[in-house]
Amino acid sequence: MSEPSNAPASHGTLARSRRMMLLDTSMKVLYPSILVLAMYFLLAGHNRPGGGFVGGLVVGGALALRYVSGGAQAVRSTFRLPPHLFLGLGLLMSASTAFVPVVLGGSILEHGDTTFHLPIFDKVKVTSALPFDIGVDLIVIGLILMAFAAFGEDVPDAPGAADDGSDAPSPALKIRSKP
Amino acid sequence: MFFLLLLHLVIGIAIVAAGKMLGRRAFLVAAIAPLVTLLWAAAKAPGVLDGDPVTESFAWIPQLGIDIDMRLDAFALLMVAVISGIGLLICIYSMGYFSHDKPGLARLAGVLVLFAGAMLGVVLSDQLIALFIFWELTSVTSYLLIGNDDTNPRARAASMQAIFITGAGGLVLLAGLIIIGQAGGTYRMSELLADPPTGGAVNAGIVLVLIGAFTKSAQAPFSSWLPAAMVAPTPVSAYLHSATMVKAGVYLVARLAPMFAMTGSWRLVVMVIGASTMSIGGLRALRQTDLKLLLAYGTVSQLGFMMLLLGVGEYHIAEAGLVLILAHAAFKAALFMVVGIIDHETGTRDITELHGFGPSWRLVQVVAVVSAASMAGIPPLFGFVAKEKALDGYLEHGDFAGATAVLVVIVLASILTFAYSARFVLGVFGAFGDVDRPVVSRTAHAPGAVFVGPSVVLAVATIVFGIVPGLLDDLVEGATTALYPASEPKALHLFAGFNTALLLSVVIIVCGVLLTVLRTRVTGVQRRASEVIRPIPSGEQGYLGVLRGISAVANRVTATVQNGSLPIYIAIIILTVTLVPAAAFATEIGPLPQWVEEPAHVVLVAVMVAAALGASIVRHRIAAALMLGAVGYAMAGLYVARGAPDLALTQFSIETLSTVLFVLVLRFLPRSWRHRAPSIAAPMRIAVAAAVGVGIFIFALSAGNARSSVDEPSMSEVMVEQSLPKGKGHNVVNVILVDFRGWDTMGEITVLLVAAIGAVSLARPGRRRSDDHAPVFEEILDAGDEPALPEPLR
Repeated sequence: MSEPSNAPASHGTLARSRRMMLLDTSMKVLYPSILVLAMYFLLAGHNRPGGGFVGGLVVGGALALRYVSGGAQAVRSTFRLPPHLFLGLGLLMSASTAFVPVVLGGSILEHGDTTFHLPIFDKVKVTSALPFDIGVDLIVIGLILMAFAAFGEDVPDAPGAADDGSDAPSPALKIRSKP
Repeated sequence: MFFLLLLHLVIGIAIVAAGKMLGRRAFLVAAIAPLVTLLWAAAKAPGVLDGDPVTESFAWIPQLGIDIDMRLDAFALLMVAVISGIGLLICIYSMGYFSHDKPGLARLAGVLVLFAGAMLGVVLSDQLIALFIFWELTSVTSYLLIGNDDTNPRARAASMQAIFITGAGGLVLLAGLIIIGQAGGTYRMSELLADPPTGGAVNAGIVLVLIGAFTKSAQAPFSSWLPAAMVAPTPVSAYLHSATMVKAGVYLVARLAPMFAMTGSWRLVVMVIGASTMSIGGLRALRQTDLKLLLAYGTVSQLGFMMLLLGVGEYHIAEAGLVLILAHAAFKAALFMVVGIIDHETGTRDITELHGFGPSWRLVQVVAVVSAASMAGIPPLFGFVAKEKALDGYLEHGDFAGATAVLVVIVLASILTFAYSARFVLGVFGAFGDVDRPVVSRTAHAPGAVFVGPSVVLAVATIVFGIVPGLLDDLVEGATTALYPASEPKALHLFAGFNTALLLSVVIIVCGVLLTVLRTRVTGVQRRASEVIRPIPSGEQGYLGVLRGISAVANRVTATVQNGSLPIYIAIIILTVTLVPAAAFATEIGPLPQWVEEPAHVVLVAVMVAAALGASIVRHRIAAALMLGAVGYAMAGLYVARGAPDLALTQFSIETLSTVLFVLVLRFLPRSWRHRAPSIAAPMRIAVAAAVGVGIFIFALSAGNARSSVDEPSMSEVMVEQSLPKGKGHNVVNVILVDFRGWDTMGEITVLLVAAIGAVSLARPGRRRSDDHAPVFEEILDAGDEPALPEPLR
């Protein structure tokens, strides 16, 4: 995971002059914390508020912050894997959780659970709903990554810079609309 | 039997996966599947021919009583012998035909094996639904094989035509099979045979089944796809479109005829369609100059013949049909192989461009003459035995209405068959060679042993089974008994004594020779006749007419429904979604709820109303998006106030993200709505908004009272109670999502995935290649205007 404030401008991240120092600095603390929160939502979801969907959305929130501070390249470099891989892996995970019970002679999406002991957490109960939820989580993350990849390209003129009061479409649109 | 199907599946997929690695050797690998099948069938043959079928069963959807029941009886054995025997020879032949490696070869070999597996499934299934699945698989694989050369628009159009016609027929067939299965109480053919259902519904069902079978077996008026399918490489034409797949319809009719020939209009329909197909196919074959098209129309004619023999439900006649299936597979596959060899070595299949061959081609010419003579019904060949048996069957046992008329048609069409067989032979020997066309055939070098070998094997079989037909007695008699358990089939003879059938054969041959000698005059008559019947639409024109109709209707519907105005789309969608249910709910409104429960509600609702009004008034797009975000946050606040942390959490996250995404997209749009909409728009928008608001309000009011009159505990209470014991979770919302309603979540995440892919491809239109368009209706229509495919197709 590259720190946005250290990334050289030549990598396609926002130029140093256009970055906000306050945001960049807060990101160092905020970003990992939000990810931990998302992880908590994912794991605790079965018994407390949260779940895979919320977990994924919270990761999406973290990505949005990252996008605001570092641009599309910062988002891209955060998750090295291509976005569609998240989608595929997520669906694969959820679908296999749904169908494995059928192979084992149960019904679709039948869940089992197991309890084991870990050093710090002591008694931990895990149900097979967790991999299903992880799949949901991955798909939401993939969706958000793809949205940023599709629409988040850095506009040559920064939104702030184009503030000349004109109603014309931004230059990026003109480039795109070429046949 | 399942292991055979699995073997075909595995080998087929493996060859496709191996791709270019194997080259031509792909066909060597492919040959394993039919070889193993043949060995297995040979091992089972003695028991099966003693009247002891091999059965296997696999519970597929037991809730619906749908199992995959496989059953190898003597008729299935006969079909397996044809499918795998010809399949093995075709694999060897393909080694010679595809002497040069080219793209798509592995796919062709692999799909050919998959087709062979599907075809085995058709003839081995005892259960109608399983048979239908395999039936459709043969249509799909046939589609892939016809269109294997995906750069050729003609191939694409022909494959579309094939799958349109056989696919539509397949749907009709399914409806018919379900009617029959439901009426009979079982989908197993072996049980239906013992106790066939009757009644009005069954009469409709058998007509539907017949239509399905007619499309598959290229019967008039559905035969147009078969000549068009000749665009496929010759091994495919020889295997699918003469020896095996097109016989699936005949096979099904043969299976069901013992049950239903006496029911409703079965026999009449079969006789009318079979007789017209046999005559029309023969007449059209006589007019072709492309050898492959000549054979294709000949196949259409012979398929009509088989329908007449196997479909009338009389076992003596059906026995002749079984012999014809074998004889036709042998001579027609060999003839196609000969055409493939000529095409491969000279680059043409047009008889006006063939001027005879050098002496090194003697073997090929012998094969052509022997096979064509068998097709024409000349003794002592296999085709003669079949035709003799057919004539004898109709003469001795055609004691049903219309049998004499059918016999006359068979004789007349057989004369045509003789004439086009002679035309084929004369064409190969160069009798139609046009002096103005370049002479390539004289100097063409002779094909190799692997290339000729398979057709020689078939020609030898044609001779041997013609001289000693008794070799097949066990198989043919066993198959007849499998179809008609009470029958007493007669042995096969080359010479059955001086009887009427022999006399008719002599008549056929004499008239055929006359037609051949007078061929120039016959051509003239045919040309004049074709001008007279031009106004009557042919099968091709019917097909194109249906396509044009679909295209015109679709254009009109699209122009009306998709008029391109985004505001109208949105108005229609939201009005439908809210007002249609609201109209139903309006009568169910219960007492009004308590409006304010906590002071916090007033504040939150005030924020929502203000933000919503703001969103519709402000002129800047991004400001409007932010206002919408505020509505969402206030909504989340409402959830918190009502004690629904999960909902609130989700709403907060969604609202945050969607606002960010909104801003991302809005960057590309003008900053504000500058062009004011026409003055009528504003009142309409207010009206739509008000209607939606009222609709949602009614919905909310009635939803709260929906369960007031039901005694059982409400679903939500049940779910809350069961959350811990059944779902192993304290958070009932999550347990519902991943367990109680997990299947819904499955669907939702799939939609999410599709939406993500769709959004990306919408955002990047520039990445799409403009030239790789799928075949469109117009392309098919253009290609379909000329049915003949004269260009060399290698």
